[in-house]
Amino acid sequence: MLRLILIAFLWLGVSLAPASAQTNPAPADPAGPDLEALVGNLAKGSYSDREKAIAALAATGETAIAPALRALAEGDLYQREADGRIVIGKREGRDYKITDAITGEDLGLAGRREVEKIRVNNSVRRAVDAAIGSLTLRSPRPDVRISAANSIFYTQDPDSLEALEAALAAEENADVRTAMQRARAAAILKSDRPDAAKIEAVHDLASGGRDVLGALSAVAAASDGELKAAAEEAISDVRQKLALWEAGQNVWYGLSLGSVLLLAAIGLAITFGVMGVINMAHGEMVMLGAYTTFVVQETIRNNAPWLFDWSLLIALPLAFLVAGFVGFLIERGVIRFLYGRPLETLLATWGISLILQQAVRTIFGPTNRQVGNPSWMSGAFDLGEMTITYNRLWIIVFAFAVFAVLLLLTKATSFGLRMRAVTQNRQMAAAVGIRTPWIDALTFALGSGIAGIAGVALSQIDNVSPNLGQGYIIDSFMVVVFGGVGNLWGTLVGAMSLGVLNKFLEPYAGAVLGKILVLVFIILFIQKRPRGLFALRGRAVEA
Amino acid sequence: MLKVKSVLARGAILAGLGAAILAPALTAPAAAQEETIKVGILHSLSGTMAISETTLKDVMMMLIEQQNEKGGLLGKKLEAVVVDPASDWPLFAEKARELITVDKVAAVFGCWTSVSRKSVLPVFEELDSILFYPVQYEGEESSKNVFYTGAAPNQQAIPAVDYLMNEEGVERWVLAGTDYVYPRTTNKILEQYLKDHGVAEDDIMINYTPFGHSDWQTIVSDIKAFGSGGKKTAVVSTINGDANVPFYKELANQGIEATDIPVVAFSVGEEELAGIDTAPLVGHLAAWNYFMSVDTDENADFIDAWHEFIGNEDRVTNDPMEAHYIGFNMWVQAVEKAGTTDPDKVIDAMVGVAVPNLTGGLSSMGANHHITKPVLIGEIQDDGQFSVVWETPGLVLGDEWSDFLPESKPLISDWRAPLSCGNFNTETGKCGGQGS
Repeated sequence: MLRLILIAFLWLGVSLAPASAQTNPAPADPAGPDLEALVGNLAKGSYSDREKAIAALAATGETAIAPALRALAEGDLYQREADGRIVIGKREGRDYKITDAITGEDLGLAGRREVEKIRVNNSVRRAVDAAIGSLTLRSPRPDVRISAANSIFYTQDPDSLEALEAALAAEENADVRTAMQRARAAAILKSDRPDAAKIEAVHDLASGGRDVLGALSAVAAASDGELKAAAEEAISDVRQKLALWEAGQNVWYGLSLGSVLLLAAIGLAITFGVMGVINMAHGEMVMLGAYTTFVVQETIRNNAPWLFDWSLLIALPLAFLVAGFVGFLIERGVIRFLYGRPLETLLATWGISLILQQAVRTIFGPTNRQVGNPSWMSGAFDLGEMTITYNRLWIIVFAFAVFAVLLLLTKATSFGLRMRAVTQNRQMAAAVGIRTPWIDALTFALGSGIAGIAGVALSQIDNVSPNLGQGYIIDSFMVVVFGGVGNLWGTLVGAMSLGVLNKFLEPYAGAVLGKILVLVFIILFIQKRPRGLFALRGRAVEA
Repeated sequence: MLKVKSVLARGAILAGLGAAILAPALTAPAAAQEETIKVGILHSLSGTMAISETTLKDVMMMLIEQQNEKGGLLGKKLEAVVVDPASDWPLFAEKARELITVDKVAAVFGCWTSVSRKSVLPVFEELDSILFYPVQYEGEESSKNVFYTGAAPNQQAIPAVDYLMNEEGVERWVLAGTDYVYPRTTNKILEQYLKDHGVAEDDIMINYTPFGHSDWQTIVSDIKAFGSGGKKTAVVSTINGDANVPFYKELANQGIEATDIPVVAFSVGEEELAGIDTAPLVGHLAAWNYFMSVDTDENADFIDAWHEFIGNEDRVTNDPMEAHYIGFNMWVQAVEKAGTTDPDKVIDAMVGVAVPNLTGGLSSMGANHHITKPVLIGEIQDDGQFSVVWETPGLVLGDEWSDFLPESKPLISDWRAPLSCGNFNTETGKCGGQGS
């Protein structure tokens, strides 16, 4: 209880410190440790000296140093050359806006040559993580306490153990308690406590997932006797649990790859599958969609940064229009003269794809362009022992949404009806008054537009460069041919089964061989069923 | 002899022409044409490699322009001859032949991928011309006609592994690369090196992916699983070109931070990072001989000149650009030393030439046609730049035949007379002997 009061008192004192520092030029608190000297040590010596300095700072238990440590980890901590004072610097144009590292006192601007950056590497960052962990265990916010506990869990810092146990005794929030208990067990394994305590810690950890494996294997390797046995047993428990999840993870990865394939191929399912045009420029439509996203994001960044999270939604209709319009021009300008001559179509569209690539290269330059992930597409969450990344999740949702809309469009609208009529029997369609050339152009534009919105999605996981489309053209044809030409459902099933097949092969055969095996499988499959999974029957096939 | 003859013949024809028709009008441009020294630039400006090589073409144009402002070379102006081999390996050989025989260039600066270099190598040896190759490569080669200004494995891969082993205490290694000659050879060398340093077979995981691989989910989760073995784990990445962006994006999304599993890359520079948001990648590493962030006066001048030349303040500089800077200046100095652009004399003059590099040192050309450079390890920062965390105390000479491969261990290369051999076997004492 005394301890608690003491800490609360310290905390209060610290939050008042900046105010009093304004009037007092020498902020060293006579009662506390000489923080200024300790912080000064951060700038001295090698990386390992810096780690020791951080540990010494953490040992003071002063929360006032947390901002300085955070700045150190982020590379914002500098030493002023004139007087050796440690400052936090934020870049402002060519200069730095500097504030005192401990008191937060505003020290004005400093030139690039007046301050020297305190270098950090990964080991220093780890030390900072551990130090901040033990310093923020008593934060009033539960989420900060959880992340403090987690950083102790990852660093397994035995020095934080006492602070952690004290915090645990006072903790009331159940979630925080769980995190702290886990962290305590992990830290005990690295401490010099008796084996009995360690065995208990091993049992505590055995209910965890992949992230406890590291700590457990380290114990199993370094100990003997009962402790080793307990650790090994816990490891095999965890591994058994993981094996089950692994299968689920593979299915998920397969669906995710499948959804990318579906997105890339679905536009082609219209231009090639429904219209029968071998469109080698399909990949470039995807690329145009990705570049539209880039332009939209760039405009938003420069003019309305607060809209950034909406950039993809804004880019979607634009990408559809841009790629659709280019597709329309290609159909009207080139392809309509080449119907019924597949070889010439192939060569002409391939030429168009080269022209488009070089045009983009000339306009935007040959280097990759940065397309950012909006916040709702970054990061991941854990489902059991599976890691599900948000961008993959949204792409799967998006792919199915596009598929559903397209299906609806072909089955339930008048345009869809005309489109199907033209593909099934051109003469009859013309005879009942459908303007077939117009429908051809619109269908091709639709397929290209869909490729464009696929580009918006793919810009989130791949490079936005002039070569973007090339990587998808082969896969797209593979999916459409495998699924069955002329059938949207075939494309869906084809994409998903190829995705899952690929991901189940990859862990055993490796990425290179896996891809080859899939290709061989498709070749054999086409030998057996030349029209793919879902063959169209009837007059259209012969046409 | 043949060369002298053909130049004479051409001169005679020109003189004849000039005398015959419109003497004053034609001799002036003809004379101006005779004044230039031609420099060939053999970098892809279209196709997959354009992303990296276009920048190198631009930097060569800048260097040539700067040299001309300083008054040219041997009293003549330099003239760049740019060709586009379009990322097509056989076309590299064709274009190289065209540069040497048709345009009669004095030297060629070019190539990026090892396969393009292998494709032009016979052409340069047959026609006895000079190639400056500016990119880090796998070693195991030495040619009289090629000057390797990029890093050999001992100037990049080995120091990077040393750094991770000593400074970060890494005990488990993932060697991940794209499936072609550079990663395969480098990983072979690294694997042997790690085993020599007591790393067990079980603690090394080797993984290859196809060019342009974009679905990294399985591999990243494998790396995560491999890293949960209770030992500090690091990834050594020789993943090439475009595949890096999705790889780093997947790492960031799956929450692998540099403090848990650092990735050290040999093909990721400032240019590659320009395509990604680097905030989640802070702390991942790269090993090069130059970083744009290096704080020297030479580098500041170079960056300013580059920005002015390209007309864009946002363009970055990178390691192969520095290699061309060094190579070009070495060539200029060697031509001045030899007093001629004749390849044989320039090749002899090249060895021992020393020019300032951009990191504050003096790089010199070794007898094995490789250069001395410092090795820098940098950590990725949130602004897409690297912050140097470690560097070799001195300069390191590129080692063409790795000491960590049994077949190349006994080989050395020395292009000075009297040895003048690219693969001298110190065990058998013969030139041209591949090792046992």
